[in-house]
Amino acid sequence: MTTTRVNVPVAYLANLRGSVMSRCRPVVAKSAVGIALVMGSSGCITVKTPEKPIVIELNINIKTEVLYRLASDANQTIDKNAEIF
Amino acid sequence: MVHHARPTRLPIRTALWLAPVALMLVAPLPSFAQARDPVYAAARSAGQVGEKVDGYLGFVTPPAPDLRKTIEDINIKRRAVYADKAKGAGATIEEYALTSGCLLISHTTPGERYQAPDGSWQTRGAGMPIRDPRCP
Repeated sequence: MTTTRVNVPVAYLANLRGSVMSRCRPVVAKSAVGIALVMGSSGCITVKTPEKPIVIELNINIKTEVLYRLASDANQTIDKNAEIF
Repeated sequence: MVHHARPTRLPIRTALWLAPVALMLVAPLPSFAQARDPVYAAARSAGQVGEKVDGYLGFVTPPAPDLRKTIEDINIKRRAVYADKAKGAGATIEEYALTSGCLLISHTTPGERYQAPDGSWQTRGAGMPIRDPRCP
């Protein structure tokens, strides 16, 4: 397994990076239990987006057999293009 | 009149003899065109640039602008070669590049830098480098 770090440009989230989103709605308690649970909270859901760039770890599974199959071809490619290797 | 034919034949013969000799001298020239860019070669020897696991070159230390450009150009060329060859081999660019990375790390000479599977930079010693267990 090869772990490759890929910076995914999630435009929407990137624009909101470091900001605080808050959404409030009137709390409607439908039962006595509901009232008890809601009491003490403001009824707001607050999401704070991270300051750091959003990184998604992608596990790219490349099998050993594939590497063995490509080895001789890759070796020739390296020899024929020595100026970039 | 004096015949000039005889003396003029000698230089032609000499030229005929020299032709293969000249070819032998010229023939190795294309191999010079295969040489690494001097900026890249110097940085590689100095351990500023190393072979990464993924088949591309990486910076061990922050590069100067000209070195950065040289290495990025080489990586773009490598990617183009990998893409072309991967297509021919029925593989993905990443598979072909990773295979090449295995081989390129093996090809490093003592003192050169390479990336170990954990992402750390290593200096090639006399023995085998630390490679991905899947490497051929």
